[in-house]
Amino acid sequence: MSLLDASNPPAWLDGGSWTYPLGTDNQGRDVLSAILYGSRLSLFVGSLAVLLALLIGVTLGLLAGWCGGLTDTIIMRIADVKLSFPAILLALLIDGVVRGMLPRDAQSEIASYVLIAAIALSFWVQYARTVRASTLVERNKEYIQAARVIGVHPAKIVLGHLLPNVIGPILVIATINLALAILTEATLSFLGVGLPPTQPSLGTLIRNGNDYLFSGDWWISIFPGVVLAVLILSVNLLGDWLRDAFNPKLR
Amino acid sequence: MAEPETLLHVEELHRSFDVSLPAIERLMRGKKRATLKAVDGISFTMRRGETFALVGESGCGKSTVARLVVGLYRPTSGRVVFAGQELARLKSRKAAAPLRRRLQMIFQDPYASLNPRWQVKRIIAEPLRTHRLVASEAALRQRVAELLLQVRLSPVDGDKFPHEFSGGQRQRISIARALASNPEFLVCDEPTSALDVSVQAQILNLMKDLQRQLGLTYLFISHNLAVIYQMSDRVGVMYLGRLVEIASAERLFAAPRHPYTQLLLDTIPSIEITGREREPVGGEVPNPINPPPGCSFHPRCPFAYERCRRERPELIDVGGTLVACHAVEEDRLPQARAYTEYET
Amino acid sequence: MLEPLLRVENLRIELPTRRGVLTAIDDISFAIAPGEVLGVVGESGAGKSLTGTAIIGLLEPPLRIAGGRITLAGRRIDNLPSEAMRRIRGREIGAIFQDPLTSLNPLYTIGRQLVETIRTHLDLSPAAARDQALALLREVGIAGAEARIDHYPHQFSGGMRQRVVIALAIAANPRLIIADEPTTALDVSIQAQIIALLKRLCRDHGTAIMLVTHDMGVIAETAHRVAVMYAGRIVEIGAVAEIVAHPRHPYTRGLMDSIPRIGGRRQRLRQIDGAMPRLGAIPAGCPFNQRCPEVADRCRRQRPDLLPAAGTEAACWLYDKVLLPAQEAFDG
Repeated sequence: MSLLDASNPPAWLDGGSWTYPLGTDNQGRDVLSAILYGSRLSLFVGSLAVLLALLIGVTLGLLAGWCGGLTDTIIMRIADVKLSFPAILLALLIDGVVRGMLPRDAQSEIASYVLIAAIALSFWVQYARTVRASTLVERNKEYIQAARVIGVHPAKIVLGHLLPNVIGPILVIATINLALAILTEATLSFLGVGLPPTQPSLGTLIRNGNDYLFSGDWWISIFPGVVLAVLILSVNLLGDWLRDAFNPKLR
Repeated sequence: MAEPETLLHVEELHRSFDVSLPAIERLMRGKKRATLKAVDGISFTMRRGETFALVGESGCGKSTVARLVVGLYRPTSGRVVFAGQELARLKSRKAAAPLRRRLQMIFQDPYASLNPRWQVKRIIAEPLRTHRLVASEAALRQRVAELLLQVRLSPVDGDKFPHEFSGGQRQRISIARALASNPEFLVCDEPTSALDVSVQAQILNLMKDLQRQLGLTYLFISHNLAVIYQMSDRVGVMYLGRLVEIASAERLFAAPRHPYTQLLLDTIPSIEITGREREPVGGEVPNPINPPPGCSFHPRCPFAYERCRRERPELIDVGGTLVACHAVEEDRLPQARAYTEYET
Repeated sequence: MLEPLLRVENLRIELPTRRGVLTAIDDISFAIAPGEVLGVVGESGAGKSLTGTAIIGLLEPPLRIAGGRITLAGRRIDNLPSEAMRRIRGREIGAIFQDPLTSLNPLYTIGRQLVETIRTHLDLSPAAARDQALALLREVGIAGAEARIDHYPHQFSGGMRQRVVIALAIAANPRLIIADEPTTALDVSIQAQIIALLKRLCRDHGTAIMLVTHDMGVIAETAHRVAVMYAGRIVEIGAVAEIVAHPRHPYTRGLMDSIPRIGGRRQRLRQIDGAMPRLGAIPAGCPFNQRCPEVADRCRRQRPDLLPAAGTEAACWLYDKVLLPAQEAFDG
């Protein structure tokens, strides 16, 4: 990478070369390589965020559905409060708080983890609600009552009997959410509150390139943008396919 | 021969459910709290080795009684005493475990009573594991195979999943699971109502055989009087949460005392009586949230009068049968005609 | 001899699946005379509901009629375009299904649903249709019809809802009603009321009823004739009293024996070992040959058609004319 190669257009246009097939950005970094690294980071952040949201949401949903009563009410009210915050706002809030708390150099290291936490905290509610609804239905089914009559420990009933039977729709939602998580990360990075510019993700790439769109160096933004769109589309299709695969009526 | 011991004693059992609207809606509509009295003062006793049937139509509370006996619900008031101990009083799971081992349940729906994601052998092994009844994995497999054979399935069926079996076979698996902990007492909640007639015959025969082989005691819940005729020694008839008649099966079918029992026996569509012209008694079971005052059967009773609207009848002994009816007490009923010849 | 109102001839219903084409109904034939109640009895999977659904033209794809014909009052109805079938449905053939809860639209008053049905099939003004609706409600025994006509389904109890469903079915005065398990979801004491109602309607209007159920008791009380189905075939058909008293087909005999009855000896119920074969596992020859106590070699090779059997018709080689004299000696 050298500054001499800065702002090269893509290979098939004038001034470009095949060393940098998709062009370079203002600092001479290869757009193609950046996209490859960036996609990896975006997927990493997105997947972990969804996983964390799953963990939080499923646990709280099971608790709320199984225990009922006060536990249920408390958890559901917390969920309602969370829902009144849009994801972006929440992420901004968390990010701002963490930035204030930590010294500058520590920030960029843990930035990705803060981002993961922020996204997870935005997404857990839908898992909790779905799991809670399914739990309320399954709880009265006779195989659960049979386990209670036998005298099985409630934790074993919830983990061994309930969980496998409520987890189905969740997995489908999770895959679709992965796309949303990546998009959210991209948005946040674009807005400047996600990953720092030193760590390329699709979002930061788009952000970087945004400044140069109107000066004619369109490739810095557009290619990451296209890749982002394709990534989201594929994940959504995966989610659709999973949903159909689990649907017993279509078997 | 010594009198068989009392295994189950149910005393003044009550269970109510709060069916009010959520608090905010209640305030908005100005409605009061609504309580559903599912079980409204039930008392009966069961001896070891007998089959006692609870019969009634929908909303009479028999399923609730089953769940109270087995400990799935706590009584609102009253006692359920099994083998001298009250399950509801035992606070911890550990303390209740020995009792639970001896008292098991078979459910109505063969499709919902088995976890669809578990293999059959795991389902049957669950009581064995929970109560630590076997020492090793090998012994566990052995016991599961024994149980499967006992309900006339094959040991290889253990590796399959519930959806691979028919309704009757699933009910057998339920029975195997119930028998795993070597119980003395089985509560059977409409065990054959969801099965075809010929399959029902197989399951009822199996249950009778098992009772003889293992010395079991059955609390048998059903709405089907013909099945009860075949299976039970004593019968309790329930209506809107109360017992209106308790008698030996012999006496109940030959000479039912309570007008509701007579109504039930009269209205069963019966094979013997083809093309019979009869005028069925009108009316339906009232809403259990707002039961009629006094005797809850009085709106449909051809013998009801003033006292029935005011005063709730208690069970009294009439020639060996316990009946809760003012008309019977005052001897106002016409001579009970012989309904059936009950033969053993 | 009355010309039959409904005639089903050699009906075949197939279900194409990934694993091949399964035959759900395999060549059944029967007829219903005007004003007659024909019971169709069988256990789950026998195909009795499917038959009713096919007659009324509501088969869901991929199920399809693959052979035979269905004629109503001489006119073929199995191959009609959907618009023509829709007009017949309700006007000529009414239907009552098992669950009164889902048969009625919970969002509309029953009055509105009744009026809608009446006006779809009869040319009446809204006021006249409403009068007709009131008359119908009274006829099915709903007290206080003037007030209740504007109530919603959830305000009725189960038995009352089923009466409303019956009112809907007879609204356009059809000549045939297909009733699929009309009393199964109801309490025993209510079942008797509904049965009495159906019988009365049949008598007063001359409506024929095809009564599909697994409950032999209901059939014994309501039907004139009964067809016993097993694995997609009719194995016996005849007058109710005759079949109940003297079942001829081994399956019918086994079925009658396994029904618990009140009165008489309390003994082990006779049972038929095994279970009805699933679609795709139906054996060649007679479908009952795996469980029949009187199976012979011929039963595994050749499928019997309905043969006359001393009062009824039974699809069983025991009643092949060649064997009949020996069989009579056996029966005694």
